[in-house]
Amino acid sequence: MFHWLEKHPFFFAVGVFVVIAFAGLIEILPNFAQASRPVIGTAPYSTLELAGRHVYIKNSCNACHSQLVRPFKSETDRYGHYSLSGEYAYDRPFLWGSKRTGPDLMRVGNYRTTDWHENHMKNPASVVPGSIMPAYKWLFTNSADVDTVYAEQLTVAKHFAVPYNQEVPMKDGSVKNVKMANSVAEARSLALEEAKVVAADMKDQDVKDAVARGEIPEIVALIAYMNSLK
Amino acid sequence: MENRPLEYDYTIAKMFMLTTIAFGIVGMLIGVILAFQLAFPGLNLMLGDGLAEYTNFSRLRPLHTDAVIFGFTLSGVFATWYYVGQRVLKVSMAESKLLMTLGKLHFWLYLAVVVAVIVSLFAGVTTSKEYAEFEWPIDIAVVVVWVLFGMGIFGLIGIRREKSLYISVWYYIATFLGIAMLYLFNNMEIPTFFATSPSGESGIGAWYHSVSMYAGTNDALVQWWYGHNAVAFGFTVPIVAMIYYFLPKESGQAIYSYKLSLLSFWGLMFVYLWAGGHHLLYSTVPDWMQTMGSIFSVILILPSWGSAINMLLTMKGEWQQVAASPLIKFMVLGSTFYMFSTLEGPIQAIKSVNAIAHFTDWIVGHVHDGVLGWVGFMIMAALYHMAPRVFKREIYSKSLMAAQFWIQTLGVVLYFTSMWIAGITQGMMWRAHDEFGNLAYSFIDTVTVLHPYYAIRGVGGLLYLVGFLMFAYNIYKTMSSRPVEERELQNASPMGA
Repeated sequence: MFHWLEKHPFFFAVGVFVVIAFAGLIEILPNFAQASRPVIGTAPYSTLELAGRHVYIKNSCNACHSQLVRPFKSETDRYGHYSLSGEYAYDRPFLWGSKRTGPDLMRVGNYRTTDWHENHMKNPASVVPGSIMPAYKWLFTNSADVDTVYAEQLTVAKHFAVPYNQEVPMKDGSVKNVKMANSVAEARSLALEEAKVVAADMKDQDVKDAVARGEIPEIVALIAYMNSLK
Repeated sequence: MENRPLEYDYTIAKMFMLTTIAFGIVGMLIGVILAFQLAFPGLNLMLGDGLAEYTNFSRLRPLHTDAVIFGFTLSGVFATWYYVGQRVLKVSMAESKLLMTLGKLHFWLYLAVVVAVIVSLFAGVTTSKEYAEFEWPIDIAVVVVWVLFGMGIFGLIGIRREKSLYISVWYYIATFLGIAMLYLFNNMEIPTFFATSPSGESGIGAWYHSVSMYAGTNDALVQWWYGHNAVAFGFTVPIVAMIYYFLPKESGQAIYSYKLSLLSFWGLMFVYLWAGGHHLLYSTVPDWMQTMGSIFSVILILPSWGSAINMLLTMKGEWQQVAASPLIKFMVLGSTFYMFSTLEGPIQAIKSVNAIAHFTDWIVGHVHDGVLGWVGFMIMAALYHMAPRVFKREIYSKSLMAAQFWIQTLGVVLYFTSMWIAGITQGMMWRAHDEFGNLAYSFIDTVTVLHPYYAIRGVGGLLYLVGFLMFAYNIYKTMSSRPVEERELQNASPMGA
């Protein structure tokens, strides 16, 4: 049979394809039905949080930081509850990472503050002596791209039924309604409202001034995202 | 015409040889910079505060991986295909104007895509998925490049004189099919530019942005099915294709066992795709998938070692060639690193080992002993074998080649040993508890302890880069400064001269 295949490239290629496609069919497809259901307490990202997620991706933070707490005592001691599949229901793309040059950030919002992040991003060694993380000063001057974030929100709400403008259940029995704007202008002002809350806890005068002018520096969005990781 | 030996046309092979070298230098240089940035963080500012955004570790890291995978390795794969394909199928590219045109189109479009990738990654335009960072416009261009590659393969097969496909061709076909399937499914994404807001606006935001079709755990599953098998079909399958051609050619020995090559080929095809789950051990993907990933990773030793042993036994009775020829040295050590790496991988895929190894530098070490020791050595060996034949000149310097071999071997050894120690040290420190049951170390303790290993790794990488520059110089001198031979060197190994 193999000799015959080697003289018939078409059937050879078909044979190879069947053999390599087989594993994907069995391993990947069955999981699709169940794994993207959110757990209680998981809400879609707000406009500013999602903008921060874009900043996180733009700077490849995931090259050094994971967002996956494994079910070991040492990890739950260090980072909090181990990760549940449903917590990632609105993560497109997933940001588990593959290397922990720095610590996991899955629940960083539980134990770090706006103030801490601000200092850390300017000069990591000032809050973590010995840190080898580079400073990210340009985040304080670059502006976040809210328009693209809004386009993404519209896309996921339409194609993947992400529940914006709907009530989602929280762990304490309350409900949360994450707003998505009706227009670009409204999206910008929604993000700015959120940004003002974050900037109020920050010290950098240039950032405060920028937010007062109606701009949203990347650092503000990133901190909003960090604070949402719980 | 009938009685003359075929004159093969290496135009396209030559072009890809040059990009192999150019992207090799770029990718490895960035790698060395990254390595030293981890040891000496001040280097993140090497071009000053103003350019820090473009010189810091996290922005450069995807550039390193992609330049090496899609620049260096893929160029090498293409270069060898346009060389080996003609010879084992007994047909010249010059016989078909169409294939020649497709081949040139393949090259130039490929080059355009790589440039687009470099620009977009510097700008921070990325989907974040490892080795699939490109946004949708580039993804579409990648698909076109790949289709052109496929047309080149099957076009040449279509007009072949040798009816039976040689083993290398099996592997090139598998490379084409495997990457095609993986790349398409992993990059399923929806461009956001076409969304319409309730108030009727459209064309909002960046035109190149997209959002993944899969969420969370599913996204991870597809990504690592891709990520692991991009290694399979980029770093293993086409490299095996190369060694099946170049080792017998260079050594003058026949392949040791046809049956062993059959077993390894079909075994590799079937087993490899299952193993992706080992990237997701102890994550939120279902347990049975993790276990499957683990088990199949261990089974993967069989077909991998099948190929490697087949190669080593091909040298049976001719081991003096290893001492005499630096080119044979590269290939034999390459096979050995392949064996080593395909044993190390399954060990790391065992769940209890993975609990320590995952997220640490041991994984980085594993990738690099495979890539530096196996992929890099094999591609350089292939180019060294091809150069005298495509440029019709002898290799410029054999002693330079031997020196390069030892420098790079030392570099690889420094690299993986330091990363083993770093990885296991960090993995053990993360999980250590003191006598009261509290964590024994804060995270930063587990970072500062790695400094010496990061420095050693940087030196290892630098040695490898130096060796690669020697390789580039040797090829350059071969191309330019030696007298042209009358005709293609038909049989004698350049080392025999």
